[in-house]
Amino acid sequence: MDVTAQPPLGMLAELTHRCPLHCPYCSNPIELVTRDNEMSTDEWLSVIEQARELGVLQVHMSGGEPLARNDLPVLVGRAADLGCYVNLVTSGLGLTEQRLADLVDRGLAHVQLSVQGADAEMANRIAGVKAHNHKLTAARAVKKLDMPLTVNVVLHRANHHQVADLIALAEDMGADRLELANTQYYGWGLRNRSALMPTARQLAEAEPIVRAATERLRDTMQIVYVVADYYEPYPKPCMYGWGSRQLTVTPNGDVLPCPAASSITTLKLDNVRSRTLADIWYHSEAFNSYRGEDWMPDPCRGCARKGIDFGGCRCQAFLLTGDAGATDPVCSKSPDRGLIDTILAGTPSEPPELVMRKNTIKVV
Amino acid sequence: MATIELDSTPRLRRGVRLTYDKTRETHVLLFPEGVLVPNDTAAAVLQLCDGAATVAEITAELGHKYEGVRVADVQAVLTRLAERRVVQWT
Repeated sequence: MDVTAQPPLGMLAELTHRCPLHCPYCSNPIELVTRDNEMSTDEWLSVIEQARELGVLQVHMSGGEPLARNDLPVLVGRAADLGCYVNLVTSGLGLTEQRLADLVDRGLAHVQLSVQGADAEMANRIAGVKAHNHKLTAARAVKKLDMPLTVNVVLHRANHHQVADLIALAEDMGADRLELANTQYYGWGLRNRSALMPTARQLAEAEPIVRAATERLRDTMQIVYVVADYYEPYPKPCMYGWGSRQLTVTPNGDVLPCPAASSITTLKLDNVRSRTLADIWYHSEAFNSYRGEDWMPDPCRGCARKGIDFGGCRCQAFLLTGDAGATDPVCSKSPDRGLIDTILAGTPSEPPELVMRKNTIKVV
Repeated sequence: MATIELDSTPRLRRGVRLTYDKTRETHVLLFPEGVLVPNDTAAAVLQLCDGAATVAEITAELGHKYEGVRVADVQAVLTRLAERRVVQWT
């Protein structure tokens, strides 16, 4: 394939799949990597060094819960020393002021804190544990240390009516940014799709609330609002193009062009334990399969929007049509759009029970 | 945000960092969720945005290094960067 790939800008480092929460929308795969198979500290340090050498400027320390790894401070320190912008993506559980202060000393640039609901009752129900108060404590620690904070809320049918209160909570927490992003239907989220899919009425009710708050808070708290893409006429610009800007490294060292790419069972994945990150980025089959525009089918090939949405999401195309090279079925021009419309038409009047994410290992 | 005046003191917004990337041989602005590559003019201005120097002082400082620096140009650059949520001022 004749595509000139640019160096990656960002790396999502999924340090572990261990997590104290059981969120039913989790985008981690159903088959979680166990602790035995996680990479060692030295292996992660090598990945971080290779990533910076390759051009990565942003490292998102994520998981699972990255604080579940005792070597997190060492990994943060190395990434920061190399000049990367280091972002901690956390549930907040275990984020004490002392631990945070140490991470900040080592160069942590930003904290992204997940919130499951506007009040303890909702939040604890969705998280599957009594997590909410820990998050309030974590947010206070972040602000006490004067760190920039993004509050990250995954919206779905059970909490969508809380948008106004969620915005108020993020303001109370002193967030600089608030992400109100609807569930993406991969992994556990896909399993729970019929329970999580918001109704059209919920979206209609939320829209003016979010719009007014976005305007009111323009100078103090940036609000990023993402509607469920099934309701959109065009697909999301997934990853700003496959193998274009970002890569994901899973706890066992698999390197993914998209965090959900392990769901594409036809894709041959490479692992940093057996191949260098640069070789995988530039030369692997997985990264080159959908890079650029040559792979595109009709209607993408002749579409004026192909430079805007890049054909949408490969994982979603595979999960819904069985072909990762198909146009994202969310697109109104896709021959498979009927699949999406059928799913939306089948949104149950009463949502089924949520299947909570089961963790293979208990995290204290 | 108020319009930028001669005595405004611009600084990088919380969470934004300016750094030099040797891989791409250019200055880069790093955010929580993205990277921006400022042009040379913007990078030169941003390096002086320490929250203490005023727009007038930044313009004077740039005038030592480059010819024909006008305060209106510096204000225009900063206004654009504020719209991109890179800088703020008091």
